[in-house]
Amino acid sequence: MPTKVAIIGVGHTAFRATSPGLSYKELMFEAATRAYEDAGLDARSEIDSFLTCSEDLAEGTSIFDEYVPDQIGGAERPVYTVSGDTIQGLATAYMQIASGIVDVVSVEAHSKASNVVTPGELHAFALDPIFVRPLGFNAHAMAGLEASAYLATTSTTREQCAHVVAKNRRNALANPSAAHAAAIDPQDVLSSPPAFAPLTELEVSAPADGALVIVLASEERAKKLKRQPVWLRGIGWSTGSGITSGTDGSSADYARSAAEMAYRMAGIGDPRQGIDFAEVDDSYSYKEPQHLEALGLFGPGRAGAATADGATARDGDLPVNVSGGSLGVGQLFEASGGQKVAEVVAQLRGEAGPRQLKKAKTGLAQSWRGIPTATGAVVVLSRD
Amino acid sequence: MRKVAVVGAGLTRFMRRAQETGPELAWLAASQALESCGLGLKDVDSVAIGTAPDAFDGVHMKGEYLAPGAGGWGRPVTRPYAGGGTGVLVPIHAWFNVASGLFDVCLVVAEEKMSTCHPHPQGAFVTIFDNILERPLEPNLIWIFALEMQRYMDTYGITKEEIALVSVKNKRNGLDHPSTHVAEEITVKDVMESEVMVSPVNRLDVSPVSDGAAAIVLVSEDVARRISDNPVWIDGIGWNLDTAYWTNRDLAYPSYVERAARMAYKMAGITEPRKQINVVEPYDPFSYKELHHLEGLLLCDKGQAAKITADGVTQRNGDMPVSPSGGLLGVGNPIAAAGLMKVAEIFWQLRGEAGRRQVPGQPKVGLAQAWGDLMQVGTVVVMRVD
Amino acid sequence: MTERTLPGTPLSDEDMQQGKVLTLNWPASLRYEWDTGVAIGRFLRELKNGRIIGRSCHRCQRVLIPPRMFCERCFRPTDAWQFVQDSGSVNTYSLSHLRWDASRVEEPILVAVIEIDGSSQGGLLHYLGDVRPEEIHIGMKVKAVWKPAEEREGSILDIRHFRPIDTAQDGPA
Repeated sequence: MPTKVAIIGVGHTAFRATSPGLSYKELMFEAATRAYEDAGLDARSEIDSFLTCSEDLAEGTSIFDEYVPDQIGGAERPVYTVSGDTIQGLATAYMQIASGIVDVVSVEAHSKASNVVTPGELHAFALDPIFVRPLGFNAHAMAGLEASAYLATTSTTREQCAHVVAKNRRNALANPSAAHAAAIDPQDVLSSPPAFAPLTELEVSAPADGALVIVLASEERAKKLKRQPVWLRGIGWSTGSGITSGTDGSSADYARSAAEMAYRMAGIGDPRQGIDFAEVDDSYSYKEPQHLEALGLFGPGRAGAATADGATARDGDLPVNVSGGSLGVGQLFEASGGQKVAEVVAQLRGEAGPRQLKKAKTGLAQSWRGIPTATGAVVVLSRD
Repeated sequence: MRKVAVVGAGLTRFMRRAQETGPELAWLAASQALESCGLGLKDVDSVAIGTAPDAFDGVHMKGEYLAPGAGGWGRPVTRPYAGGGTGVLVPIHAWFNVASGLFDVCLVVAEEKMSTCHPHPQGAFVTIFDNILERPLEPNLIWIFALEMQRYMDTYGITKEEIALVSVKNKRNGLDHPSTHVAEEITVKDVMESEVMVSPVNRLDVSPVSDGAAAIVLVSEDVARRISDNPVWIDGIGWNLDTAYWTNRDLAYPSYVERAARMAYKMAGITEPRKQINVVEPYDPFSYKELHHLEGLLLCDKGQAAKITADGVTQRNGDMPVSPSGGLLGVGNPIAAAGLMKVAEIFWQLRGEAGRRQVPGQPKVGLAQAWGDLMQVGTVVVMRVD
Repeated sequence: MTERTLPGTPLSDEDMQQGKVLTLNWPASLRYEWDTGVAIGRFLRELKNGRIIGRSCHRCQRVLIPPRMFCERCFRPTDAWQFVQDSGSVNTYSLSHLRWDASRVEEPILVAVIEIDGSSQGGLLHYLGDVRPEEIHIGMKVKAVWKPAEEREGSILDIRHFRPIDTAQDGPA
């Protein structure tokens, strides 16, 4: 029986295309303050361990870990960085708590994407320096390659992918924290300029700035707090074969193995039965159906058609990215998965306002670390 | 609390410049570590990768780049990161992997390839300074250490000659380490007469830039009892990060190391560290840091580490052997790999497998520590053999 | 560990210079424009005005340099802006014979942490100047040497360096 761990506090800033008035430290301080207030905990005496999820070159600072403790309450305390997505940070927090060494852990992630003047260079810097980078193409083109493979393998259509974009950006209209809400239709997506064919400009999620903090606690501790805990029932993560590995690049194997781990822990046999709604990675339009299939929420090649039929809409059978997802809220570097977790928590608590789902007992959040990685993480959360 | 053991370790040579790529170095260390305990990649449940700034290798998201070489393909991989403290943070993070009950076998790999960065790896370090208030001053990495060393010397009245003894000891110890690329027999005079880099730091007070990798295998108690006759238990872990505002701190004393050490001691049930710890590998990228850290680890009184060094207490055959491996000064400093090398050294020392480096008296309890960020983080593990 | 030779293939300078191994050169052109935010933004504007400003925390009674909108000890917002002096004392110092990229300089760069008067152990990394290196010591009283107003641009470099306090010129320290 896995140790029970709960999310007991969430705080985040609004996510915006730019945030010129505030430093990253000030964004983080706001998110942390909100999260600790939400949890009803004193930052300096009631949190045992702090984690932050970041990558140096996205910040423009080497060893960014140096600059995180003060504004999250972690100065002179146990703090370290997980160079990974927020859900990998949650996994680390889970392990710390389950090992019995700490009771309460704070996990932070943020994006100051607007401060990166050369995002193309940044993405290129992640490509294999010998085999791929010298070819000189934009890193998003790798997603174009994968999209082609995925569409061909599954018979998913470009129109179905366009539905994903229209759905998520419209969903974001009900999310006051979203940076890229828009009332667009699939036709707008298809007629936007070609970017990395088969992907058009609107099929690539646009960056946003913001910060978030999630607080986790042991069962014993969580039950003593006033806030209703949201239970972490399963978590998994995996680094799979990359797009340029020469293996099948269309199946998001990292998401499948991460989900298998999380489902095993949560005791979920049929995910479609066990999960009411999902926030999955939608960095690019096709990623949403690809991930839904890898997560076992739809059969192979079925998610695109189901999306076009409205199955993943807010009032559909399996609402997906009700928050707006990365397409609607914004691409948030390592906070992307955290934003999805924040939405699942809000839904489970019944605090999602105009976008509140009626059936929200168990939800799933999934992340992918983007081109050129094959790293993804999955967390299953529930009200009880 | 589930018990966690180290059952295998592997190292590459440390080199000024390696022909191997980062993932290849990682593989060389990782495969050795597995082989040393009779495990294969199929037995590995999860992987923890340690590596310091991406700016060295010139690769964004370096953990992802290294993952295939570190045995990560198709597995849960994480990259914990605390600058120079990373080498001892990775086994701490890996301890969570196993102690949590989520995994039984965690492969711990640390890699650094600093030679990739041109014209000099120190150039990459300018980006560790505050982006607005410090980088315009074009600081060299060594500035912060020189400033700290000066404050330390001034506070306790310690001389450069006393500090130089650390370099003499560690570079001599390193002669017995098969990974070394910087061991030599030197004198205090040699240190004093080596070129001044950033006063009071001379060239021989500083560990080199290196390429290399290290790996260890952490397993649950069940697995340890099954595959190993002499597992080395991780009894205590501690980590602590001080404020980023280093110019507001007391630079004479590493209080973050003390806090990390107290956390590890409490967990390991160590109440009298000076009596209970038999062999120590503190982080020694600079000569004075070994002294600074011995004090922070509560292994001697404040300002007294130079004296016990002069008295021979920290020699391999002294009462409390310190850096018997040769440390970063004597073996080399591929940052994260150097920290993990120290953990590997304690593993070998406690098993009596350190060959010519073996300290006498069959040590039972050892400690490895690393340090990093802006002179700000302490990471500590306490290890024990039955 | 056995005494056997460990794996790894060291390359010499000659291997590189003579092209015995192939290398790939990738000049990084990563660029960033960081938002300075409320605290540091104001700090920089005041440097342009020739003044140093901090933030005070009314709970722990500290005046923070560099300023921040939060107090890391109390974990609450700081309360007020507060000007501090442009003088201070040397907390620690160094003579650097190396530039940032490890190339050597003829005359050492004089580096110090300056504890700013009027702040609570608030320090800044900066240069020392107008001083002979052998005269520098911990505790030395120093004062900022500002660039002329028209050359200041809201940067830490608006202070050229800190020089020893000259009691004749500056009054008693």
